[in-house]
Amino acid sequence: MAEKIHLKLRIRRYQPERNPKAWWDEYELEMGPMDRLLDALNEVKWHHDGTLAMRRSCAHGICGSDAMLINGRNALACKVMVKDIAPKARVEPLRGLPVIRDLIVDMEPFFAGYRSVLPYLVNDEEPPDTERLQTPEEHAEFEDTTKCILCACCTTSCPIFWGDDGYVGPAAIVNAHRFIFDSRDEAGRTRMKILAGKTGAFRCRTTFNCTEACPRTIKVTRAIQEVKRATLFDRF
Amino acid sequence: MTTTHTYDAVVVGAGGAALRAAIEASGGVKTAVVSKLYPTRSHTGAAQGGMCAALANVEEDSPEWHTFDTVKGGDYLVDQPAAELMCREAVDAVYELEHWGLPFNRTPEGKLDQRRFGGHTRNHGEAPVKRAVYAADRTGHMILQTLYQQCIKRDVRFFNEFYVLDLIMNEGVCAGVVAYELATGELHIFKAKAILFATGGFGRIFKVTSCAHTLTGDGPAVCWRRGIPLEDMEMFQIHPTGIYKMGILLSEAVRGEGGILLNSEGERFMERYAPTVKDLAPRDLISRAIYQEVKEGRGIGPGKDGVYLDVRHLPREVIEEKLPDVTEFARLYLGVEPTKEPVPIQPTAHYAMGGIPTDVDGQAVLGAEETPVPGLYAAGECACVSVHGANRLGTNSLLDIVVFGKRGGAAMAEYALGADQSGVPENVEVDVAAALEHILTGTGDQKVVDVRTALQDSMFDLAGVVRNEDGLRKMLGILGDLRDRAARVAIQDRGNVYNSDLMEAVELGFLLDCAENLLVAALARDESRGGHYREDYPLRDDAKWLNHTLSYRKPDGSIRLEYKPVKMGPYVPMERKY
Repeated sequence: MAEKIHLKLRIRRYQPERNPKAWWDEYELEMGPMDRLLDALNEVKWHHDGTLAMRRSCAHGICGSDAMLINGRNALACKVMVKDIAPKARVEPLRGLPVIRDLIVDMEPFFAGYRSVLPYLVNDEEPPDTERLQTPEEHAEFEDTTKCILCACCTTSCPIFWGDDGYVGPAAIVNAHRFIFDSRDEAGRTRMKILAGKTGAFRCRTTFNCTEACPRTIKVTRAIQEVKRATLFDRF
Repeated sequence: MTTTHTYDAVVVGAGGAALRAAIEASGGVKTAVVSKLYPTRSHTGAAQGGMCAALANVEEDSPEWHTFDTVKGGDYLVDQPAAELMCREAVDAVYELEHWGLPFNRTPEGKLDQRRFGGHTRNHGEAPVKRAVYAADRTGHMILQTLYQQCIKRDVRFFNEFYVLDLIMNEGVCAGVVAYELATGELHIFKAKAILFATGGFGRIFKVTSCAHTLTGDGPAVCWRRGIPLEDMEMFQIHPTGIYKMGILLSEAVRGEGGILLNSEGERFMERYAPTVKDLAPRDLISRAIYQEVKEGRGIGPGKDGVYLDVRHLPREVIEEKLPDVTEFARLYLGVEPTKEPVPIQPTAHYAMGGIPTDVDGQAVLGAEETPVPGLYAAGECACVSVHGANRLGTNSLLDIVVFGKRGGAAMAEYALGADQSGVPENVEVDVAAALEHILTGTGDQKVVDVRTALQDSMFDLAGVVRNEDGLRKMLGILGDLRDRAARVAIQDRGNVYNSDLMEAVELGFLLDCAENLLVAALARDESRGGHYREDYPLRDDAKWLNHTLSYRKPDGSIRLEYKPVKMGPYVPMERKY
């Protein structure tokens, strides 16, 4: 049998049905060498405390369900290996969104920001019978921001987002970038007008938390700066 | 408290098939999407390698060749007219996604690039063909995002984190669904003229799987409990290349781009099993080849039960630019650097070919006569058209969801326009309420995780890549015991807010239903075909088995089997060599 890894896991708990105040629980776990932090959370839920609540689905970093604050940094629990954080870890819900229960936050404010930037291709011209042409170079202009899985790691790592109710946050700007820089799209100006307002891209103070937090390694801060620059120099 | 909603059309699920159906239906009638996940969490997003369509952008191709490959790949259990339709509509389906902004990879002249995939060939098997359009190795992610974007544009109404737990039938007519709202613990009745299930698969019946925790067969099980049969449930695809011990998928695109499989002796063993297409043989053949290599002692890993996937000979830019995600999976989860070391893999439970029987318009149908169930539709993995037969070809699932999601959405809207709301009986939610109450107040001695793990462990061994009568009978015995244990489950969480403890217990019931349907159908099918390999009946038996299995729930909870003939076409079954 492979060596077991000892993990002391501290989890921030909050269950308003039972207790109006949040608290910490601590678990001593024996995990396997290939286990993810998500497996450790499942170990707690399945074998220690069935009331632990978190979101999870794909368990390999593509669905974006299990974003949380892990040892003070935002990450997906399924993309953090136990062996890399043992012997101890601290897990809390994402910051800046209302906590509903345990590690579950209300995602609606996050998705409202996303929806506000027209996150879909706008092109009113009749499309050709086949594909619209787009060169690999044109594709490369926005490819990085197409990787976004809407997990909210970036947005909820941003101090401006924590402090300001109105700021749409990095993920919304990433998704605006994905269309603004797509040669097939015609609504770049409209999106930039939305993001030029006081809730938009210019609230960014380039702390780079978002880039560090992104589990998809999107250059988030760079994308935000590209949107700012395009707005200032009226690229479109 | 129970809330009642009234819509013309309700789509259950929010993956690719569901969203494509919702886009279509919402253009014509009042539509809602009810899903246990936020739409972008759906498992369509995990699909990696591509979506096939005979665009002929980079080399000669035709929808007819695609149809042939689909039929042969499915080991002739495919309904040929449906496959022909899917492969023909594939071309426009790809262009539609492109027009909606899907960021496909491009050729130097700006057209959609295409890559090779398993089982897809030029001119009826001569050589592999470049047929799959792709967006790096996150094609499913881009399809899911693009369809969700189009739903936002159309202001589609979503009920996220609502678990559909019951189907409401009124004298043979579909009248709505009952759903559990995870955030509040309240029940909701969705009255609708038409319901379309698109809830995905049930790979979580197996231990090693590429499927998400949430793929628990909810849609098929809910329908089956209300008298709808399930089709070809024994046909389950075990994908050859999952990450060793973890099951996370490493796309077939790795082999499409030139990756090869090696055994413990460093031999490219697929040359022996499929001399023409080698590592690009269909998935069922490769998974069995791996099984054989392991059995003969040429496996790798601590259990000598895996093989290697090797890309060391590929140009670095192909690995980094066309396969970035799977490369990262190998690095993160295995600590293996694919450019320098071969990657340990093993077969992983991947895809259900079977499901709710439908016609090519997503209309659910009963029996050999294919009697329509008014108002009930299904699409995607939870449905069985059947375009995948006994073994689905790689990329054809992404194609299936957009083609049949669209057709199902259009058909349900058209039906809803001409239909009246059928009445929903008073207190229709009592069955669900009672079942939930039973779990919530249970004081039994069993834990959900123990029953589920026992199911997953034994299903993989006894009903996975290789099956036989003894094993299947043994597994049915185990399943009976697991059902008894499931009835004695107690959970810890008695709350109403995000009680996922309760929902895992409910999902366990769905898993047991799906597993039992699989086992009963597999035991009866005394032949080998596609993903269903019986070592006690190793040959395909076309005289007896060009038939689809239909499994019904009898009033006592046991299963009754019925059969309907495969819809044939131009392709006469021949020996399946590659």
